Amino acid sequence: MLIIFYIFAALSVFGALGVLFLRNPIHSALSLVGTFFCLGAIYVMLNAEFVAVIQVLVYAGAIMVLFLFVLMLLSSKDSGDYVNKWTIGKILAGLLSLGIFVQIAGLFTAENLELGPKGTYPLEVVEEVGSIALIGRLLFTDYILAFEIIAVLLLVAVIGAVVIAKRRFQ
Amino acid sequence: MDILLEIIMIPAVLALIKIVVIILLFALPLGTLLTLMERKWSAMIQDRVGPNRANIGSFTGHGLLHLAADGLKSIFKEDCIPRGANKFLYLLAPFFGMISAVAIFSIIPIAGPIGDFTFQVADVEPGLLFIFAITSLSVYGAVLAGYSSNSKFALLGGTRASAQMISYEVFMGLALMGVFMVYGTTRVSGIVDGQNEYWFGNLIPMWGVFTQPLGFILFFTALVAETKRPPFDAPEGESELVAGYFLEYSGMRWSAFMLAEYIAIVGVSVLMTTLFFGGYHVPWLHLWESAPQWLVTILQIIKFSIVTIFFCWFQIQLRWTVPKFRFDQTMSLGWKKLLPLSLLNLFVTAFVILAFA
Repeated sequence: MLIIFYIFAALSVFGALGVLFLRNPIHSALSLVGTFFCLGAIYVMLNAEFVAVIQVLVYAGAIMVLFLFVLMLLSSKDSGDYVNKWTIGKILAGLLSLGIFVQIAGLFTAENLELGPKGTYPLEVVEEVGSIALIGRLLFTDYILAFEIIAVLLLVAVIGAVVIAKRRFQ
Repeated sequence: MDILLEIIMIPAVLALIKIVVIILLFALPLGTLLTLMERKWSAMIQDRVGPNRANIGSFTGHGLLHLAADGLKSIFKEDCIPRGANKFLYLLAPFFGMISAVAIFSIIPIAGPIGDFTFQVADVEPGLLFIFAITSLSVYGAVLAGYSSNSKFALLGGTRASAQMISYEVFMGLALMGVFMVYGTTRVSGIVDGQNEYWFGNLIPMWGVFTQPLGFILFFTALVAETKRPPFDAPEGESELVAGYFLEYSGMRWSAFMLAEYIAIVGVSVLMTTLFFGGYHVPWLHLWESAPQWLVTILQIIKFSIVTIFFCWFQIQLRWTVPKFRFDQTMSLGWKKLLPLSLLNLFVTAFVILAFA
């Protein structure tokens, strides 16, 4: 089981590196799809089938297709003359991600690290009730505020898109 | 012999055997036969004879030999790759449609379980959501084929395909949410068993088509649009884009696109049978209590096949009788009419369940 995890973990890291280093933007996008798939496989191994399915459905099936759609509309034949410049923004972003990496690495190498399953719901309960029912119940009780805020945020984005599109037409 | 039996009973081996049997005995033959059925049926509608020339001596089999002739033809045709094509993506694209079309059959039960043995490859908890996740990847086949062919027509077809399929996926999921709510589960076996209940004593089976009539129409529309067949064939657009996203393909790769389309038709029919027409459950069979198990199983397979073949025929009939939508009509139908309707369906279903159940 552990070896399967390592295979998918390595593949997902390779995919993420491919997003950064491939020249053709379409290849980068496909590489990201591969990463999402490997993450989905890892979720399945964590007994979170629902999260895995949603991961593939939403990210690989919908969001990345939109990315490809935009890339195809732009039809970037001029991806060749992209020059790798060192701007201040890039250096700042690099430092920031390095900081996050150190934080996460520190978390995993800490001495009081506890391995194994965690959380209020043990695996037997999840298998008996079903993860979809449990997630739904939690979303509409404990996390209702966060859920509503995200919903409003998405609504704002939709209205913004409609407003921008309408202005263009008039 | 005993060792053989033991190997067969290993779950992974059993699943593999089921996959091979369901795909080779059900999906592929039906998909292949549909190509002939479509040509014959369209000929009948247009008052032609249809394919009848392929023969061995004087045997033509009412056009059945055209299947073999078509297969041989596409194997021996030259496999062209257009100049300036993105070779890697061009070769990769046909697989996406094929995989997602075949994957539908992995969670569909074609007959009731006998003891521990199920006529279903896998009964996973997310069930149909898993199918959505896999079929949503069939977009990549069209998009990558369109992008990599280095052809303007193919690129237009690819962009149209991606826009259309994303739009229709939205309310495909919403339309199905009603079914999940009525039967209270996303597991396919749960939904099929839920349809074995009856209303008014033993009068009307609780099939999805009776509990979710609007959801049935919406889901069927969305699925037909997902297969990119007429009346939603703007991505292929024979009259304006020649063949759309797979215009540049030839030989066996072209056949792969066509075969994927026909297997997708079978997949759509199988889904409609399972979700809205009671799956394998033969209506009112439970009244005959002394029915032997083997007969019940055979009747279940027959019932499942009949409804499936009916929906295959229905999709072909749809193609040859309904005028196609323009691309903007396809999009406005999806977003402005069917999406609000599916939201309405969701609210009404939720209200009815809350008020009466």
